[in-house]
Amino acid sequence: MANKTRILFCNCTYAQVVPKSTKEGVLRKLCESEAAFDAVADLCEMSARRDPALQRFAQAGPLKIAACFPRAVKWLFAAGRAPLNRQWTEVVNMRTESVDAAAGALATEAVTSNLPDDHKPPMAGSENRTEA
Amino acid sequence: MSLEESRSLRVVVYEGEGSAPLEAQARYDTMAALLQEGYSVTRTDGRQAVSPDDRTSLLVMGRFGSDGPPTFEGADEARAVSVMEIGDRDPESITELVRGRRDEIDGFDHGAWKPWFPVIDYDRCTNCMQCLSFCLFGVYGVDGENRLQVQNNDSCKTNCPACSRVCPEAAIMFPKYRSGPINGDRVSSTDLKREKMKIDISSLLGGDVYQMLRDRSEKAKSRFSKERNPDKALNERKKCLTKLAQSGDIPDEVLMSLPAPDEIQRRAEEAAAKADKARAAAMGNAD
Ligand code: SF4
Ligand code: SF4
Repeated sequence: MANKTRILFCNCTYAQVVPKSTKEGVLRKLCESEAAFDAVADLCEMSARRDPALQRFAQAGPLKIAACFPRAVKWLFAAGRAPLNRQWTEVVNMRTESVDAAAGALATEAVTSNLPDDHKPPMAGSENRTEA
Repeated sequence: MSLEESRSLRVVVYEGEGSAPLEAQARYDTMAALLQEGYSVTRTDGRQAVSPDDRTSLLVMGRFGSDGPPTFEGADEARAVSVMEIGDRDPESITELVRGRRDEIDGFDHGAWKPWFPVIDYDRCTNCMQCLSFCLFGVYGVDGENRLQVQNNDSCKTNCPACSRVCPEAAIMFPKYRSGPINGDRVSSTDLKREKMKIDISSLLGGDVYQMLRDRSEKAKSRFSKERNPDKALNERKKCLTKLAQSGDIPDEVLMSLPAPDEIQRRAEEAAAKADKARAAAMGNAD
């Protein structure tokens, strides 16, 4: 299991969007391993509360987050005033990955950065506005 | 207490020096029970990297045995630090103890509110303010630089993703929504075309959406007053709102809980004025 790279597991407690078998399976594999890790009940709830704890996850070096879509996770952290560092962060999507694939990705030390690129869209009403 | 003022408790399952490790099953059962109750939990052996200590109140638990728990420093007025011997306690009794500790520090009552609220993808948002002028519940506002901002998360109506339908850029996500791109999945060009077609819920429904809500609501009201059987009236009202619900993906409960027609009108005008003002100010900034 990863050593310098930290692991953050989101249990998505207040919704059924991550298959129950996946989140339980991934948590079980983490608990069976020797890995140290952080787990939170629901990143959405923390983002809505702008929980300062998000900063301790976002701002302390390489991080793998087991949660949902990378685009959602990127902007949930931003909304919680704890923007993620793109280079350091890999999001493992438990909505789409199998237990083995998700647990395997968490167990690898190397971070495969997969947050969407930063992009500044033209503002509505500005002259350089183009259609997408 | 507002959502943002609430305090958190960080639970640490300590399995490092001076404590005996938990069996994998006990570790899993304990973590799963605490997560289900809404807590943040860290499992540490004191060697591998976990997120650093911050100003969050801490509850450190472990099997410290006869030597007793070690002393953890760092408690002060702003944050509490406590240590708990868990021995062979089962997950329920551990959760009970944690709940007691949470109450002592007046921590957030997790689970009382379902976290359903819009999350903006600023890589896509063009600050057009359509969402701000659409929402009747004051969820949106603007920041100091007149950029659109989600300001009142807990005013958002649970399971209602309607504002994401008015966003021409597919920039509004509800991460707990069932399908993409609203759930945060990649936005494809087909999605964008579909979103652009959907945007005008108003034209979809043949006119101003608020006018339609008013009409529906008034019709429902007059029908309701004529009906003796409230269940039947309720069903009628539901039926006449189905089209809107289907077109805009708005849950019935939300439509049923809309304010009286006059109030809808007032709020719609207020939201539109707020959006106009923000748009004008943003354009002023851009000049
Ligand atoms: S971040 Fe994703 S996985 Fe976590 S609570 Fe929100 S929707 Fe669920
Ligand atoms: S409707 Fe979409 S693009 Fe327009 S301000 Fe709202 S989030 Fe941004």
